[in-house]
Amino acid sequence: MESLELKRVASQVRRDIVRMVSAVNSGHPGGSLGCTDFLTVLYFDIMKHTPTPFDMDGVNQDLFFLSNGHISPVWYSVLARSGYFPVQELDGFRKLGSKLQGHPSTDKKLPGIRMASGSLGQGLSCALGAAETKKLNNDNSIVFTLHGDGELQEGQVWEAAMYASAKKVDNLIATIDYNGRQIDGDVEDVLSLGNLKAKWEAFGWLTFEMDGHNIDEIKNTLIEAKNNLGQGKPIVIIMKTEMGKGVDFMEGSHKWHGVAPNPEQLKDALSQLEETLGDY
Amino acid sequence: MIEFEIFGNKDTRSGFGEGLHELGKTNENVVALCADLTGSLKMDAFAKDFSNRFFQVGIAEANMIGMAAGMTIGNKIPYTGTFANFSTGRVYDQIRQSVAYSNKNVKICASHAGLTLGEDGATHQILEDIGMMKMLPNMTVIVPADFNQTKQATIAIADHQGPVYLRFGRPVMPIFIRPDAKFEVGKADVLIEGSDVTIVACGHMVWKSIEAARILEEKGISVELINMHTIKPLDENTLLKSLAKTKCVVTAEEHMMAGGLGESVAQVITKNILVPQEFVAVNDSFGESGTPMELMTKYNIDTADIVNASEKVISRKK
Repeated sequence: MESLELKRVASQVRRDIVRMVSAVNSGHPGGSLGCTDFLTVLYFDIMKHTPTPFDMDGVNQDLFFLSNGHISPVWYSVLARSGYFPVQELDGFRKLGSKLQGHPSTDKKLPGIRMASGSLGQGLSCALGAAETKKLNNDNSIVFTLHGDGELQEGQVWEAAMYASAKKVDNLIATIDYNGRQIDGDVEDVLSLGNLKAKWEAFGWLTFEMDGHNIDEIKNTLIEAKNNLGQGKPIVIIMKTEMGKGVDFMEGSHKWHGVAPNPEQLKDALSQLEETLGDY
Repeated sequence: MIEFEIFGNKDTRSGFGEGLHELGKTNENVVALCADLTGSLKMDAFAKDFSNRFFQVGIAEANMIGMAAGMTIGNKIPYTGTFANFSTGRVYDQIRQSVAYSNKNVKICASHAGLTLGEDGATHQILEDIGMMKMLPNMTVIVPADFNQTKQATIAIADHQGPVYLRFGRPVMPIFIRPDAKFEVGKADVLIEGSDVTIVACGHMVWKSIEAARILEEKGISVELINMHTIKPLDENTLLKSLAKTKCVVTAEEHMMAGGLGESVAQVITKNILVPQEFVAVNDSFGESGTPMELMTKYNIDTADIVNASEKVISRKK
């Protein structure tokens, strides 16, 4: 897909995010807005996937695991906009009886979701399992993941990181949303990750860095990462993002991690985001 | 005289190892993961003969559970193996989110459960695992009675869609389940028919209950013994049919009284038929180092305890 078109999709996804969280006065807009460009490029331009009929096993399809499940609004919007389910269903976000649970889950059978997430640190392990199964099935498609940077404080991530390189899981591309923020403040102040790139490299991963708001750079980095698969190393992309990207009063502050805009603020936010594909 | 044909003496973990190896031959979708306890879990034969389907994850149980959940995507049936303590308490949240809530077809296989782990002491003697696992929606909980039944259950759960917790142990115990018996998830075995008291047991306590039934028989007490190998879902029909006859029950398990088999039985009783119940279980205590049989005696889960509980519960009927 052309970059201009991807930008139009991303603008609509951002509108969906702020409308969804505002409607129920609940949810996580900050990280969702920050990962919008990445997930838009991934689903609309990079992944080989069949939205419908949704197949849980996903054999011969690229798979995506969202480990930082609290940014469900961006994932739900991207899934709906890429055809997994009707966009009208976004209206059910966090409402009783809806398939769009606060954090992603499989038990309400929302197409596109293969694993529950929310309790942090588990997604990389699940993705490794899926990647190992693909190898057993002689399935050459790719497993993608996304993780928060604060989430890397969970020890399980590093258990998985150690496994992936030791066992040469080279059909997987992990991405870190490196926005430097977590609930209690800056990651640097809460519990510094130190030299993140050096950490991943020390764990044996091939490491890329990219600007998570430059559509062309995201495309090119993902393509380059794909070209480096199958060489005995897992791949991680450290993606620099701005929490709340696209809505000026949310940008760069951890305060919008888990707070919804009020009706006034929603109006302000929507005035900054072009409606391109039609609101749900 | 209560007679059982004995087919030798073995540990239940070896039944798991044999069952897993059998599955390696018969079901190409079965894969196994182990956290550095391949020998203890008797997974060596599978690891050797099906090395491409065996995943050594190292001492990283959380990653093992997550990987197992992910491996189901693409139709594999993962069996994880480590001690019961590290299979449950250490990874409860991983099981809760990635296995149970996500309803993945993972078989969590746990050895060295309970006091009979012995000399390693309380750090390793988990007595809360049945409770933790049975509380999880979607989870099936199985505690087979002997070597043969553990092997049969290991094979049977491959055909049972959904998460399973399979609990077994270390001590060598008599084998009394027929080698050709068919294991049915959720269907209890009535091992002895009787009329005075129902004993409901699981795991190693089934053999202890057979010993107790023989002693009680000599005292003129007729025991009905139910091997409740599946704790969740509990076979309420078999239980209630027996209770209608005997009007009292003793539950026997190598587990904490809170959260175990006895508690599940008590729920059925209070909802259906009010009869007295006595619990043979560990009473709110950690274990300690010792031989398995010394520990069963000290923590009141031995043959004599089942005999005493049976006599007491019968007296409470009047």
